[in-house]
Amino acid sequence: MSNQRTTDVVVIGGGQAGLAMSRCLTGRSIDHVVLERAEVANSWTNERWDSLRTLTPNWMSRLPGFSYSGDDPDGYMTARDVAAHLDTYRRSFDAPVRTRVEVTRIRSVGHGHVVESSDGPWHARAVVMATGACSTPHVPAISADMPNHVSQLTPIAYRNPAQVADGGVLVVGASASGLQIADELSRAGREVTLAVGDHVRLPRTYRGMDIHWWMDTIGQLDERYDEVDDLARARRLPSLQLVGSPERRDLDLNAAAANGVALAGRLVGRAGNRAQFSGSFANMCMSADLKQQRLLDRLDEYAATHGLDDELGEPTRPSPTAPGAPMLDLDLRSIGTIVWATGFRPSYPWLDPALLDGRGRLVHDGGVLTAPGLYVLGLPFLRRRKSSFIDGVGPDAQELSEHLSARLGQLVRS
Amino acid sequence: MTIIDTNIPAVDNGVNVEALLGAREALTAAPPAAQFNFSATNEWISGAHSRSTVNGFFGLGEAQSHRQPYSVDTDHPEIFAAADNGPTPPEMVLMGLAGCLTAGVASVAQNRGIQLRSVKATVAGDMDLAGILGIDPDVRNGYESISVRYEIDADASKEELQAVVAQSQKRSAVFDVVTNPTAVVVEVV
Repeated sequence: MSNQRTTDVVVIGGGQAGLAMSRCLTGRSIDHVVLERAEVANSWTNERWDSLRTLTPNWMSRLPGFSYSGDDPDGYMTARDVAAHLDTYRRSFDAPVRTRVEVTRIRSVGHGHVVESSDGPWHARAVVMATGACSTPHVPAISADMPNHVSQLTPIAYRNPAQVADGGVLVVGASASGLQIADELSRAGREVTLAVGDHVRLPRTYRGMDIHWWMDTIGQLDERYDEVDDLARARRLPSLQLVGSPERRDLDLNAAAANGVALAGRLVGRAGNRAQFSGSFANMCMSADLKQQRLLDRLDEYAATHGLDDELGEPTRPSPTAPGAPMLDLDLRSIGTIVWATGFRPSYPWLDPALLDGRGRLVHDGGVLTAPGLYVLGLPFLRRRKSSFIDGVGPDAQELSEHLSARLGQLVRS
Repeated sequence: MTIIDTNIPAVDNGVNVEALLGAREALTAAPPAAQFNFSATNEWISGAHSRSTVNGFFGLGEAQSHRQPYSVDTDHPEIFAAADNGPTPPEMVLMGLAGCLTAGVASVAQNRGIQLRSVKATVAGDMDLAGILGIDPDVRNGYESISVRYEIDADASKEELQAVVAQSQKRSAVFDVVTNPTAVVVEVV
């Protein structure tokens, strides 16, 4: 214990959430350290496919005390651009980041916590876990039933079509990752089947403006966690079917099908050589179309009541999803690779399991854990709809740093 | 001061939404109580004619029962050289699907404040008998596809009613049983 170091706050993770918190703590002159398992913005640099661009436009990358200053505010950053953006942010306030430090355990000791790491223990009065929502891919149990000859990939390991073994590809999951990967593989000449479950369909632009500009403008991204009807459901919402591209193209099931992707329902089982898909496909498409319709109606209503109709393009409606009869089963002997684009689950292997619920999920109230002095930042809908966005983590970091600061003040007085 | 707008009539589709939402809350807090087991017995009468009966089931941690036992006779139609004492079993599946979806429509509509005046569903399934007669091994025994058409009279737009029906499918037990594989074990004792 001789080499134990002391600070007020340990922040775990040096991505957008960890840096935003570091900036807020710096602003409050609170002593802290940011422990990063690799390099700043590691997920963006090393764990995303080559063609990936952000789903939000460049101007939507505001962080506490920092914003986009490039010459393409309406474009979409590549993963490398995001890493550079975050590294510039780190340097802008000289964030106390320690790279290549793996956290192994957090223990409560007295009024504080000991953070054990590959670089030795840190004693802190508060700990902020900012490792993000997209560090650990979720792969469903059915993956264990797939035949041995099939290679299995997650979006973290996928790079480009050349890397994918010969044979057909089954992409499971039709949110942003799955739809983008399926579309890219199909355009590279591969035979691709996409298994489609619940999804959220939106056009890239509407009446000439980016869909995220709309959602920011009408205040939807600012909806708070203590205001929504069903928070658990809002937190589970799949990512939007969008792609960031220089030509601002739409990417929905119709576009993927036109590019050659065969569509199937949700992957639900395997019987012998055949993968089985749910017959609920039509309802998944209908639900997504209706939801998109409701949002676009709301945007038109907003434009009308705020006198924006003259500045914007004409209201239009994307064509209904019309993929024809879906595939109900698929011969797995024709498949060389399965890509599991089935979402991510945050994981906290260093945390006391008593802080998780019966299903292994972190118990917290807007980022404040039940154990005093422990916080989490950067999860979907942590405190507002945009919490997991680069552009949305800032307000959460401000609020949690205020909570944290008040707690440190109490500890000093006690 | 309390303002009561008497122009908004209470929606009543005969669904106790408060009780359902209460049950959802209670079963979230006590997951084992949500474990149910449904069962039916079936007795052969003659030919394709048999009688299925439901009475007891298990749930909320203990044995439960219907108000009274209910029975349905199933048989095959006369064109199959049978006595036609009731619906065919595949038709019972269509009836089960429609009953389940319509119950969902009533509940979802009530929860969304939509008063229903009439709800009619027509459910149809396409079946190629080359499957069950063993004529063609590439033809399945069951329905190749099922369609359900709803005609609903209610104070709501077409899109609102489409959304109600879509949500009903997402929460329907029979829709799930019909659209997804289920492991079935049959044994002789």
